[in-house]
Amino acid sequence: MSVSDPPPAQASAVCATHVPTLLRYADGSLVLSQRLAACCGHGPALEEDIALANIALDLLGQARLLFAHAGALEDQGRDEDALAFWRVESEFHNPVLCELPNGDFAQTCLRAFFYVAWQAELWAGLTHSVDRTLAAVAQKSAKETRYHCEHLAAWVVRLGDGTPESQRRQQRALDYLYPYANELFCDDDTDRAAAAAQLGPLPSTLEAAWRARIARVIGEATLALPAPVPFYSTGRQGRHSECFSYVLAEMQALARAHPGATW
Amino acid sequence: MYTQSLDIPSPAEGVPDPTALPLDELARSAAFNERAGSGEIVEAKDWMPPAYRKTLIRQISQHAHSEIVGMLPEGNWVTRAPSLKRKTILLAKIQDEGGHGLYLYAAAETLGVSRDELQAALHSGKAKYSSIFNYPTLTWADIGVVGWLVDGAAIINQVPLCRCSYGPYARAMVRICREESFHQRQGFDSLLAMMQGTPAQRAMVQDAVNRWWWPVLMMFGPHDKDSQNSELSTKWGIKRISNDDLRQQFVDAAMAQSEVLGVSFPDPHLQWNAARGHYDFGPIDWAEFWNVVNGHGPCNRERLQARVAAWEEGEWVRAAASAYAAKHPAPARAAA
Amino acid sequence: MSERKDWPLWEVFLRSKQGLDHKHCGSLHAPDGQLALQLARDVYTRRQEGVSIWVVRADQIIASDPAEKAAFFDPMQDKIYRHPTFYELPDEVNHL
Repeated sequence: MSVSDPPPAQASAVCATHVPTLLRYADGSLVLSQRLAACCGHGPALEEDIALANIALDLLGQARLLFAHAGALEDQGRDEDALAFWRVESEFHNPVLCELPNGDFAQTCLRAFFYVAWQAELWAGLTHSVDRTLAAVAQKSAKETRYHCEHLAAWVVRLGDGTPESQRRQQRALDYLYPYANELFCDDDTDRAAAAAQLGPLPSTLEAAWRARIARVIGEATLALPAPVPFYSTGRQGRHSECFSYVLAEMQALARAHPGATW
Repeated sequence: MYTQSLDIPSPAEGVPDPTALPLDELARSAAFNERAGSGEIVEAKDWMPPAYRKTLIRQISQHAHSEIVGMLPEGNWVTRAPSLKRKTILLAKIQDEGGHGLYLYAAAETLGVSRDELQAALHSGKAKYSSIFNYPTLTWADIGVVGWLVDGAAIINQVPLCRCSYGPYARAMVRICREESFHQRQGFDSLLAMMQGTPAQRAMVQDAVNRWWWPVLMMFGPHDKDSQNSELSTKWGIKRISNDDLRQQFVDAAMAQSEVLGVSFPDPHLQWNAARGHYDFGPIDWAEFWNVVNGHGPCNRERLQARVAAWEEGEWVRAAASAYAAKHPAPARAAA
Repeated sequence: MSERKDWPLWEVFLRSKQGLDHKHCGSLHAPDGQLALQLARDVYTRRQEGVSIWVVRADQIIASDPAEKAAFFDPMQDKIYRHPTFYELPDEVNHL
């Protein structure tokens, strides 16, 4: 694996930052994919069922690439399934935004839009990572994410500027979700170490571009951007929301009922 | 997947009567029958006898409904798939089924009926769909068995439809069969992995096979002698191989595959008949079949409820998008 | 604001690779052109079937009438001089 060969003395320090950083990215993709996959077959139109499933599949693909990379780097024999199915809640590092319930279609679309819009900035930042494998994943994912942003933004705009009913729902989703975006831009020690090692961008550096994009889409959707509030969720540090253990319980139940089985 | 040769008329409707036409139409109709029966392809705007149109609408829409309802039993496990690889495959497969439903609704729409009307018939309980999806997926092994046996049966049913006399239906089927080729293979692959796994996994597979075997045989529809629509459909080139022949073809293929897998089917009468060159199998419980078709299977109510809920909860979304389009009649984006 | 809730039908045309014509591949429902294009991408190119997509509102297509097939197309039947096989040339130049 291509962690541009850190000197041995630094290796454990790099790993202490490197693997958790990869898991933050991977967990976000996995958990959002899990949420979107649950919608499949229940969407407002057949065409849209197919479109959302495509996004869920892309996210799942990103998670798998990142897990494989993290597992290899860590070298403890954990593959993608060990990482997905055999960690407990506190060992997951996705932002809380990704795990929130789907809600109605307005909330489903807006939550996914918030996250993929963040990913768009993240991938751009990661193309300069010293971890060339990560940079390659970012480069591949950036193309997927560009389309996800376009499609989800199209829905946010249509629902915002649709009927009074759809506008009410989209505004409600916006008011609910907006504070959860704050977490995406909070730097902690892991982030600072990752940035110092040139692994990935500091989250706070992604904020301006993200907020500009969101403001643009929300404006086009004729919605009102909520005032900023000092609310900070902490999923990236492993402290999640109440709903998260249900998400994991459902996802992991079968795998955990058969320890050691292959599928 | 899955038209059953279940072109099942609703009881009130009965079999279309081709003689109930004015005289000149009757002559036109006879000429049409000859052309369609001899392999000529009928296209959407061509003249066709009302009974042909009606039969096609019924069969294609039943087929489309089956695809859409068929997303539900598999969707039941997508959030719980035991590995990320299997989750990926399952989600892609369910998504394909949505696509297949879409292609089929589009084919039905060429006959002058809207998708909304067709779905309304499904939601009201008037339209039928394949009986197989009214059975529950109780364990993960059911997902593999649905791929192996249900999709396997569907493929046998569907391949002849690629040559059916109605062009839009035949073309949709070509696309569907091409995409579906991975569905049965992934099911078998998943079961094979489980059969090479722990005793609990193997038991799970055998249990699923036991529950699905008979319902799968019913997917081919009633025996030829009891199949009231078959004769006309055959004459029109909508149906090319009989229910019983397709069922036999399926049983023969499944027997060979079951040996590779190391599972058995729950039928003491299953044995090779050298004289016929086919496997014999036991009597099908048609009372159960009609019970499920008529709404009393294990999951009929839940399947329909899920479809109706998706439709009703999506209504404000569809209305919003239409309203937006009316407000913003955007200049079409240039092609090419 | 529109009264109709059902989305219009669009016909989808795909160019399967550079250098080939767009070809009709199916249809779908979408509320507007932008979404029609996006959904066509999701519905009809899941297996890399295309590199370019056209979507056209189905009700905008002007089609020939099947009942007029004979008048419209049969007259071309006897124009055999339009085909290269009509001309028998000596072997030496028959590759023309």
